[in-house]
Amino acid sequence: MSSRIGVVTFPGSLDDKDAARAVTLAGAEAVPLWHADATLHGVDAVVLPGGFSYGDYLRCGAIARFAPVMEPLINAAREGMPVLGICNGFQILCESHLLPGALTRNDHLHFICRDQRLEITNTTSAWTKNFDMNQEIVVPLKNGEGGYVADERTLDQLEAEGRVIARYLELNPNGSRRDIAGICNEAGNVVGLMPHPEHAVEALTGPTVDGLGFFTSVLKSLVENGKVLA
Amino acid sequence: MSVDNVASAKANSDVEQPFAALGLKLDEYERIKEILGRRPTSSELAMYSVMWSEHCSYKSSKVHLRQFGDKVPANDSMLVGIGENAGVVDIGDGWAVTFKVESHNHPSYVEPYQGAATGIGGIVRDIISMGARPVAVMDPLRFGAPEHPDTRRVVNGIVAGIGGYGNCLGLPNIGGEIVFDPSYQGNPLVNALCVGTMKHEDIHLAKASGVGNSVILYGARTGGDGIGGVSVLASETFDADGPAKRPSVQVGDPFMEKLLIECTLEVLHAGLVEGIQDLGGAGISCATSELASNGEGGMHVWLDRVLLRDSTLSPEEILMSESQERMCAVVEPSKVDAFLDVCKKWDIEAVVIGEVNASGRLTVDWHGEQIVDVPPRSVAHDGPVYERPYARPDWMDARQADAPTAERLARPNSAEAVRETLLRMVAAPNLAAKTWVTSQYDRYVRGNTVLAQPEDSGMIRVDEVTGRGIAVSTDCNARFAALDPYRGAQLAFAESYRNVATTGARPLAVTNCLNFGSPEDPSVMWQFEQAVTGLADACLDMGTPVTGGNVSFYNQTGDVAIHPTPVIGVLGVIDDVNKRTGMEWKTAGESIFVLGVTRDELAGSEWAHEIHGHLGGMPPVLDLAVEKNLAEVLLEASKTDLITAAHDVADGGLAQAFVEMAIRADRGATINLPEDQDSFVFLWSESASRAVVVAPHHHDQALVALCSRYGIAVTHVGSVDDTTELHFRGVYGGEVSATIDELRAASEAVLPKLFG
Repeated sequence: MSSRIGVVTFPGSLDDKDAARAVTLAGAEAVPLWHADATLHGVDAVVLPGGFSYGDYLRCGAIARFAPVMEPLINAAREGMPVLGICNGFQILCESHLLPGALTRNDHLHFICRDQRLEITNTTSAWTKNFDMNQEIVVPLKNGEGGYVADERTLDQLEAEGRVIARYLELNPNGSRRDIAGICNEAGNVVGLMPHPEHAVEALTGPTVDGLGFFTSVLKSLVENGKVLA
Repeated sequence: MSVDNVASAKANSDVEQPFAALGLKLDEYERIKEILGRRPTSSELAMYSVMWSEHCSYKSSKVHLRQFGDKVPANDSMLVGIGENAGVVDIGDGWAVTFKVESHNHPSYVEPYQGAATGIGGIVRDIISMGARPVAVMDPLRFGAPEHPDTRRVVNGIVAGIGGYGNCLGLPNIGGEIVFDPSYQGNPLVNALCVGTMKHEDIHLAKASGVGNSVILYGARTGGDGIGGVSVLASETFDADGPAKRPSVQVGDPFMEKLLIECTLEVLHAGLVEGIQDLGGAGISCATSELASNGEGGMHVWLDRVLLRDSTLSPEEILMSESQERMCAVVEPSKVDAFLDVCKKWDIEAVVIGEVNASGRLTVDWHGEQIVDVPPRSVAHDGPVYERPYARPDWMDARQADAPTAERLARPNSAEAVRETLLRMVAAPNLAAKTWVTSQYDRYVRGNTVLAQPEDSGMIRVDEVTGRGIAVSTDCNARFAALDPYRGAQLAFAESYRNVATTGARPLAVTNCLNFGSPEDPSVMWQFEQAVTGLADACLDMGTPVTGGNVSFYNQTGDVAIHPTPVIGVLGVIDDVNKRTGMEWKTAGESIFVLGVTRDELAGSEWAHEIHGHLGGMPPVLDLAVEKNLAEVLLEASKTDLITAAHDVADGGLAQAFVEMAIRADRGATINLPEDQDSFVFLWSESASRAVVVAPHHHDQALVALCSRYGIAVTHVGSVDDTTELHFRGVYGGEVSATIDELRAASEAVLPKLFG
């Protein structure tokens, strides 16, 4: 039985089809989840995709955080279900307090879309197991509010516990503190990432296929945790 | 509150009405009275004023635009032609594509951010109202002089507006143009193109058929924004000291538009819709009269049912409002509940505002009083048609005689001078890297973007299984059109056609956005007539029909009109996007060829503009048969894997083409200039019908044979190197070299420095 990975669609989600494509290419079954349904339909893991849920009105992710689907999702995440939030999904995870810190307006005040070099700095989280430590990858980045901020103590703690999963190389595209591109929770099952690995899964359309590693990682971790059979 | 109704219009025929303030001429007002057999009510006057505006009625352009219908090439790919919201073409395997470009020029000068944002919103709704899923957008833009202080305001606002709206909508922005010229100082051009895909069976039309069917208005609420946008804003010349026109600009909500796309596609695919129309220019007036006029002829509307943002709006304002993100659907009564359920799922408000009937009239009630009773065709389709006078202006002779000969404009004539010119040209705002702009747009969303700027055309994968895809390019060198509007329009079309073919896609259909000055000026009208004729003739010759388009007049401030700017979009189809040809040369040792003939053609060139600020002479000659054969060579070479890279040669000539390929590849090359040609002319002439292609060494002979089969001149000019330097040998007996880092730095610094 292949793994079933849910992809949530909120009003204003834009990269949901892309995330589902990446899940499929990694070898799992993509299960569409609807924001208004308070159920996860028995999926093994969930991706919160990029986009502008609720038009980013009020604050990015602030309204989506209260969608009916988020209640079972937050509970499942606390019990160890792998959850990946990409871009707007990362913002929703911070608003949900599944991850610390917040994402703020890019320091240069412009939306930015570029092929971004990253360094993988954690190979134990549910979504980064298939990478090598300090591996360099290139995936697209596109955001207007991607500057990761947290207080100094939280930043120190994230670094000390190895919870910074990726850092920007060459150029910090949005003013993120300590070049942080992604982080995970203490248990390593919840990951937030500002760049878009789902746009780097086919040589035809992406700058690389480096993004696939995030999706194959979660399959590996589901097998290791006995959630699905190898 | 009492309103002017039909009964009182019949009773008091002598009331003085503000037709002139609404943009109607006296004879037009008299004609309305003739049609109705009485004076119009204030609501009817409002409807006629917006629908008979230049922007909606094409009253000055209609007589010329007929050529696109009269000169239709034999081409069996056209599924829906001109006249609908957008034309539809067959691309094979049961797939259809619709694409269109529209202008949002005037609002974008008054309020750059919202003007540009709602330009995207409007064209996207045109595409969804055909039943297609929008899959990409492009923006051909024209701005004033780069160093003019106001250009910074306009550029930043427009770019932020396009990004702010388009990114939030989830459509990749895959190309377009950014051109600077003082001619656009008071009249920037914001054209927006959208392309959508669908299966043949999903095509829908704007038609109110079926007596008894309900008319549903859904989407955003109606507000006071954009009242009279098409009539008082887009159909008049800006006056230097006129009142601020900001209230006529609409305000966009891209989040609502995204919901509207998903909701509309869901109701269409569920078979819940008989006819559909978007609300753009002229709002409810346009949607109801066009639906009724295209259908069985009658419709009744209860205007007081329209959901409002502002409860104090008068019926006239509601009829004229151009509030964004609204759609109108005709639905069978038994399907209304299902339709409303889908709207509810997407959190979209919807209300039944009317009913289709057999009366042959469009009637509108406001709280029980009849305020409109008109024949819908007279509003939507039988507006005034003007045979405006046109004449070739006298000054054309002097302009065309002022050729940029070596005696008239100093040319570099040594290796040192060529190197200096090279570095200046690379940093010319019109040639410099546009990354500062395009990095503010999302080009990745939806995961089907195969090529995006700076490639020659944008390419989208349509079918993820078969790899079938489309390519789109938009082009126009308006300086060529200023020198000769007939040939200029043809050159714009040829460049766009070539850009599509360069990427390996077969050109199939054409759209256009014709941006001109005031039609009341006979010189402008002559430019327009010439450009339309040139384009129609070229499309007939090349077998690519015009499927739709847009005219924007009154792009002038005072007496000074913009350069005639016929922006031409060409759509092509490619069987398998994996076979596309990019512009990046990849492998050291591969051969570099120039296809086509380079002549001493510098009139209207970027060199003449940038270095000398000169515009005169005759634009490059164009032989459409050669252009077609060049495209055949490019297509066959791509299909048979003869070439590994290709790049169109246009603005900035061969020098710019080589530089762009090298920067894209981050890899150098050595170019040996032909001994029998002047080095400067070879590098910067803008002769038409040329491309640079790259082929593995062992394909050299096959490529030369292919070119000779199609009669295309081919010159082996050099090879790709394993270095990061670009060398030009044989430049007036010397050599010119530049590192790629140096060229890239010069190119990429320009826009951030001007506008960042």
